[in-house]
Amino acid sequence: MIVMKKVIVLSWVVVSVVLMSFYQSSLDKAVMQRGKKVYDTYCLTCHQADGAGVPRMNPPLVKTTYVTGDKKRLINIILKGFNESVELNGDYYDNPIPPQPQLNDQQIADVLTYVRNSFGNKASVITVAEVKAERAKLKKKP
Amino acid sequence: MNKIILFLFVAVSSAMQACANDSTKQIPAAENQLKLAPGFTATVVADKLGRARHIAINSNGDIYVKLERLKDGKGIIRLRDTNGDGVADEQFAFANYAGTGIAISNGYLYASSNSEVYRYKFNAKNEIENPDAPEVIVTGLVDKRQHASKSITLDGKGNIYVNIGAPSNACQEQDRTAGSPGQMPCPILETAGGIWQFKIDQLNQSYADGVRYATGLRNVVGLDWNTSINSLYVTQHGRDQLNTLHPTMYNDAQSAELPAEEFFIVKQGMDFGWPYCYYDPIQKKKVQSPEYGGDGKKEGDCGTKEQPLYAFPAHWGPNALQFYTGTMFPSKYRNGAFIAFHGSWNRAPLKQGGFNVVFLPMKDGKPNGEFEIFADDFVGGEENLSPGKAKHRPCGLAMGTDGSLYVSDDQGGTIWKITYTGK
Repeated sequence: MIVMKKVIVLSWVVVSVVLMSFYQSSLDKAVMQRGKKVYDTYCLTCHQADGAGVPRMNPPLVKTTYVTGDKKRLINIILKGFNESVELNGDYYDNPIPPQPQLNDQQIADVLTYVRNSFGNKASVITVAEVKAERAKLKKKP
Repeated sequence: MNKIILFLFVAVSSAMQACANDSTKQIPAAENQLKLAPGFTATVVADKLGRARHIAINSNGDIYVKLERLKDGKGIIRLRDTNGDGVADEQFAFANYAGTGIAISNGYLYASSNSEVYRYKFNAKNEIENPDAPEVIVTGLVDKRQHASKSITLDGKGNIYVNIGAPSNACQEQDRTAGSPGQMPCPILETAGGIWQFKIDQLNQSYADGVRYATGLRNVVGLDWNTSINSLYVTQHGRDQLNTLHPTMYNDAQSAELPAEEFFIVKQGMDFGWPYCYYDPIQKKKVQSPEYGGDGKKEGDCGTKEQPLYAFPAHWGPNALQFYTGTMFPSKYRNGAFIAFHGSWNRAPLKQGGFNVVFLPMKDGKPNGEFEIFADDFVGGEENLSPGKAKHRPCGLAMGTDGSLYVSDDQGGTIWKITYTGK
């Protein structure tokens, strides 16, 4: 009985992992393509083609929890811009990122999913609903 | 089996030992081999110093290196070569502030943080007696992170010249934001975006004690006093992002070539045009910035602004300027200008440029021919990569007492000495 249970649990795990990875990769393809297009147009000059940024000027998008961590914080950087002195792996970065009012919710979800899963990053997707929710909070504030 | 394990252990430990020995001996690594003009040789004086920005050399050969980020809590490193083999064998670190500017004049060492200028007196033995107690000669300069480094040079007649870079790209209401208009007049110019002159022997000078010597300079990192005609010269970092901010006016290729990095002679009262104008090296004139009504062609009153003595390729980042007054190098180098280009980022997605030291021949204080690349291969690998992957980025220049040229690098922390051997 115990053995049977183990087998069931194990099969369930295997099936869900396979399904999830299938789902993830099929989802990613279109999103990643659209995200790359947004990245190349609006982000690449400062953050560079490899996402490594420019030393002490434009921060890297690799090896930082600003990109792979809290989704809300990341979405708000795109919506509101960011101009604070923060340390990333011992260095500070001088240039501000402006708000990106030209990008719609879909484009922001796409490009953030793209940077969270490019240049060696691996993090969960950002959905249009998540962007929409943050934008709505922004509008409520006076 | 045991023998194999023992053998492996011995092999690994001796390999580790060899590595440890290498790093302490400071043997010039292959990656530090620069490509130089014929007849010149480079020696690695020191390595792994951190963010080595500008450098200055004292009459006894001591090299002072200013660090942009504190290393073990210190912001200046003095390098000394006690056995005359060209490699620094003694390091002494002091100063509790990071920064870029450093210079030596009339028995004093001057150095800057991003908001202050300090000085230290040398005694008769060329030592600084109180390295922890410098005099503050200038204080309270604008430091808003962007373009905050304060480069310095002296005229030998009691004045120090300080670059105060504009904490902005093009003086837009919202910096680097598409559609945001240029502020008219640009309020940044009151306290930045120019060169300020201060007295060397007056303590705690603020803006009110100084003179705005020249204006309309976005960000100058390289500057030097040309003793052959007694005048200040500077190299300006031109504006960024013409295409990302104005995609209907400029494409990627135009944005990579516009505007030029400009080389200027600076006289008191001059206005070089930033943020209202930029220099287009293809049309060979200054045109109005798009944030101020420009369309890439309109001149407006930009013809009244000072024009460059020489236009260098866009976005290369001229971080140091050094006039050559020595006699070691062949005569064509005399009174010409060496310029260290930090290397571009804003040419992306096109191929990056710079990451080199160039020479511009000069006569009577004016360019006399085209520039040539003097030292190259600082990147140490692929040419077209993002600047963070370059092994070295040239940042500072200084002339040795024997007429050699020293180059500093704020990426790998290397200092090179370049000598002429004629071979």
